[in-house]
Amino acid sequence: MTGVPATRFRIIDSVEKKIYRFIGTDPSDEQDWRGYAMAMLIFNAIGLAVLLFILLAQGWLFLNPENFPGFSPQLAFNTAVSFVTNTNWQAYSGEATASYLTQTAGLAVQNFLSAATGISVAIAVIRGMTRVETDRLGNFWVDLTRITLYVLVPLALILAIFLISQGVIQNYDPYVAAQALDPAAGVQTIPMGPVASQESIKELGTNGGGFFNANSAHPFENPTPLTNIVEIAAILVIAAALPFTFGRMAGDRRQGFALYAVMVIIFILAFAAIYSTESAGNPLLDGKDISGDYLEGKEVRFGLGPSVLFAMTTTATSCGAVNTMHDSLTPLAGMIPMTLIFLGEIIFGGVGSGFYTMIAFALIAVFIAGLMIGRTPEYLGKKLEAREMKFSLVTILTPNVLILVFAGIALVTEIGLSAIFNPGAHGLSEVMYAFGSMANNNGSAFAGLNAADPFYLVSGGIVMLIGRFVPAVAMLALAGSCAKKKTVPPGIGTLPTYSPMFVIWLIGVIIIVGGLTFFPILAAGPVAEYFIMIGGG
Amino acid sequence: MARKKFTKVSSLDPAILSAACVDAFRKLDFRVQVHNPVMFAVELGSIITTGSFLWGLASGAPAEPVAFTGLVSVWLWLTVLFSNFAEAISEGRGKARATSLRQSQAQVTAHRIATPSFTAPSEDVGSGSLMKGDLVLVKTEELIPADGEVVAGAALVNEAAVTGESAPVVREAGGDRSAVTGSTKVIANEIIVRVTASPGEGFLDRMISMVEGARRRKTPNEIALEILLVALTGLFLLVVLNLYPVTVYSSDVTGRGAPASVTVLTALFVCLAPTTIAALLPAIGIAGMDRLFRRNVVALSGRAIEAAGDVNVLLLDKTGTITLGNRKAFACIPAAGVSAEDLAITALHSSLADETPEGKSIVELVAKEHESISLVLPPDSTIIPFSAHSRLSGVDIGGVRYRKGAPDAIIALVSGLGGIVPPDMPGIVERIAGDGGTPLLVSRDEKILGAVQLKDILKPGIRERFFDLRKVGIRTVMITGDNILTATAIAAEAGVDDFYGEAKPEDKLRIIRENQAKGYMVAMTGDGTNDAPALAQADVGVAMNSGTQPAREAANIIDLDSDPTKLLDIVQIGKEILMTRGSLTTFSIANDIAKYFAIIPAVLMVMYPGLGALNIMNLGSPYSAILAAVIFNALIIPLLIPLALTGVKFRPMPAGQLFTYNLVIFGLGGVIAPFIGIKLIDMLISGVFLV
Repeated sequence: MTGVPATRFRIIDSVEKKIYRFIGTDPSDEQDWRGYAMAMLIFNAIGLAVLLFILLAQGWLFLNPENFPGFSPQLAFNTAVSFVTNTNWQAYSGEATASYLTQTAGLAVQNFLSAATGISVAIAVIRGMTRVETDRLGNFWVDLTRITLYVLVPLALILAIFLISQGVIQNYDPYVAAQALDPAAGVQTIPMGPVASQESIKELGTNGGGFFNANSAHPFENPTPLTNIVEIAAILVIAAALPFTFGRMAGDRRQGFALYAVMVIIFILAFAAIYSTESAGNPLLDGKDISGDYLEGKEVRFGLGPSVLFAMTTTATSCGAVNTMHDSLTPLAGMIPMTLIFLGEIIFGGVGSGFYTMIAFALIAVFIAGLMIGRTPEYLGKKLEAREMKFSLVTILTPNVLILVFAGIALVTEIGLSAIFNPGAHGLSEVMYAFGSMANNNGSAFAGLNAADPFYLVSGGIVMLIGRFVPAVAMLALAGSCAKKKTVPPGIGTLPTYSPMFVIWLIGVIIIVGGLTFFPILAAGPVAEYFIMIGGG
Repeated sequence: MARKKFTKVSSLDPAILSAACVDAFRKLDFRVQVHNPVMFAVELGSIITTGSFLWGLASGAPAEPVAFTGLVSVWLWLTVLFSNFAEAISEGRGKARATSLRQSQAQVTAHRIATPSFTAPSEDVGSGSLMKGDLVLVKTEELIPADGEVVAGAALVNEAAVTGESAPVVREAGGDRSAVTGSTKVIANEIIVRVTASPGEGFLDRMISMVEGARRRKTPNEIALEILLVALTGLFLLVVLNLYPVTVYSSDVTGRGAPASVTVLTALFVCLAPTTIAALLPAIGIAGMDRLFRRNVVALSGRAIEAAGDVNVLLLDKTGTITLGNRKAFACIPAAGVSAEDLAITALHSSLADETPEGKSIVELVAKEHESISLVLPPDSTIIPFSAHSRLSGVDIGGVRYRKGAPDAIIALVSGLGGIVPPDMPGIVERIAGDGGTPLLVSRDEKILGAVQLKDILKPGIRERFFDLRKVGIRTVMITGDNILTATAIAAEAGVDDFYGEAKPEDKLRIIRENQAKGYMVAMTGDGTNDAPALAQADVGVAMNSGTQPAREAANIIDLDSDPTKLLDIVQIGKEILMTRGSLTTFSIANDIAKYFAIIPAVLMVMYPGLGALNIMNLGSPYSAILAAVIFNALIIPLLIPLALTGVKFRPMPAGQLFTYNLVIFGLGGVIAPFIGIKLIDMLISGVFLV
């Protein structure tokens, strides 16, 4: 982002210039943090309005061969917010509710733009951390355009073509009526649509909103084991690349690698945990005439390993695409995706948002560690003071506060409780997971909760908006504050924020903040359910 | 040296202890307690549980044993009181000192005069009515009425009231020793002083308010840490508020147990909130200042000490800081054909009557190397004292001229007497200068016998201190007026990282600005008026109490002993304050893990008996578990008061190592300690009360 070699891509370059002319921005004109944040908010507000219009009006609009009516106002609000905030919480069933116009011009467009928004903010935050004595963080419109044109569109194009080659469909045909082999099953309606184009950006942009209700468990979205593994990689690629971008821009690759290491280590630990707990199976089925892995809620095409890897990847990043019903995982295995969400979506995290939230965690870790060595803490040479503390804490704690408050309300009010299908410890998990998923802009769900309940639609919409934009603006403010500071040259007395010890410490801080916030919930939810399952009552 | 420091005040002084106990209760006042938001929240919690206890008593049918709510309430109150006690005890020592300082700050009668003349008519006024710019005459045996600058005369002044040092010092008009402090006493002579501080703003006043902690403002780092602590407290409040619906829901769906009571929720909240660090935070800062004061260093703001912990460049004067004030004779080097003994005797004779430090050091050197030589001058000697004009000194004994002095002066002397310079002499002189020493030539009549090598002597241990500083990433920069050759040699010997030779005092300001522009934090010491701009520019400016008034005003730290080496102590204490804060924060947060394992099974076990497996400490009963966690949380505060007062010890090692070291002790220790502590307390409770 320090300067795209524009001349190498003449076509994209000319498109880029036309876009700047159209929106009337001078690409060399940089903004301070307020300007950047304002541009980001205005852009997303417009996106929200456009998407709301499409959702409400799809019944009167074109590209609607199945003649779906418009969304109800609450559902339209929830869905529009969901896609604009990169959450892609889906309280509707795509193939039964959304027209092709909605899917392509509404939802898929936001898949691109919400991802680009997240990456733009991350880049502005990195600039703030690495620039010296300036108030300029870059130009939001330029960042947004370049990220879309140079990163998202080409990658999405390549991935879509690959998916089509594997059997993912891409058409605007009416749904097909097919006679099932078993005459008793009668005629089956097979939904069609422009799936590949949406599927590719769904993964790359860590959006996760499936074309079909079954999401990546549907054969038209994720037909083969090969597409399964490629989709997992696509979910990770951009989020995992950002620490390296950071290292390059900071002029010290070790700094980026340290953050990457934190993500990878937690990822591996979580995978070990989910794989071992899930393959232990369910003792209630012992002695029954069942062999092999415990596969309820999983696609038999993929099997246990790839299914739990997908579940982990989608919750470690804030993607939320699923190829497995997380609700059906054994209690402790189900706790892993939930925990990854509760940690704040930073283990790779959502594109951009995961990275800037990780920076907020790093600042808190550096602050305490810096004190322990007897210096006013500094990160990348920037002294961390009251303002930096305030903004990092707002970023980290906003989702936690949202979960605790809204889930608390849901648990003691009739409107909140009425949507729970599975009472008991599992029902608690469902509510906590739902608000965790929305507050952290993940979008996956522990099914078993009536997500279309008006209470969850409206409160969820509010939670997603706050969970997305409060941290983003706080981090831009933090970047603005850091950019103005001098950079203290590193020395032997400076805390090495790339050392293995710091990596361990940062992991500890992340786990302790998440653990201390959610220990009671996890105990009364999945852990209690586990003990019930193994017969402890 | 007869050094009388301030009387040592121990924290365990019964007077301070009892005063601190009273203060601990006085600080419960909401208006005071609210300054420590975390502990204020604990106080509110104590009120809530006390209310619940009283309600349980009054209603006659309490939901949980009144002994439990009562004991939890007692320990929550104790938690607040322990915190207040920690702050009070750290202030106690300062207050005791402030009282003794105040006693010396007497109202005196001042002789105000209109013109700076000893014969001018004077008007007697109270010292309280003296204004900046007034001139006063101070006579023998009188107290100086206010801070000021000597404009005429010179006097011996006893400054024990401020420095604790009873040996009188000279204060005179002009030069670097012109500053006088109010309430110090003129022992001999008279001086005229121009008042430089209005009443109540004098040095002693500022010192009193600093040691007393009255004008103490939270430092930027304390504010940032407090934001973190308050945010965590708020988060844990929400966690506890969320636990209530969770228990409502869980007891509903399982049909077992009851929602968590307000006492249990409050107990959990107080245990989770970072009370340990919040309780000790004020004490850490105040105690740090007090530790400085015990080394006779007065910081004029808490910010200055904190900045000292961050310093990465120390700008040090060579003379007085790195080397002892004076050069000393190091070796006698005879010219070719001259015996060592001959040279030694001549050098000794020429120096026996010499009162300069160089002369004395020659006598010392010869006496050490040639024990048989008599140290008494024959009675027929004529002493030739050193003068700036002749630049040599010596003695005539029976018409023989024994001389020592600057090489060119001695060469001129012997040439005038018809002597010649020995051919190896220029080489010896050059070699001595090249080693960073100063050559003196020794002559008897027209013959040059050899040279005495004078050398700067490093302060003992200074090289090791610089080595330690380098290990923690602090660069030492020496500045001296000496020529580059001498400067290079001393710099190499002392092990400084950088040096500036042939520097003028004005260069200090430039060097500081250059370093600051690169992002470094710079500390320096100074005493002269021409040091004042640099002292003001430096992030940490340490003025010598013996220095001039402008220097003392520009600085943010004053060393009463006027020992520039103290800068190193100041840096160390600054680091210790930050380290103590960080380590106790880590400890406090790490403690929460064990507390969760004590309280959460206790709360949820009724609904989900399987969760008893989380009771890994195997605590006696839900009530004893919660109580044990609360008691541990309270007791850890007084247990850590000594650490807060003395500070986590600074260890000279690279940041990475130091971090690992403290993380293992306070992080890992903080995880493990409460498991043991809570288990022990639970065993005690279960054994004694059977709750």
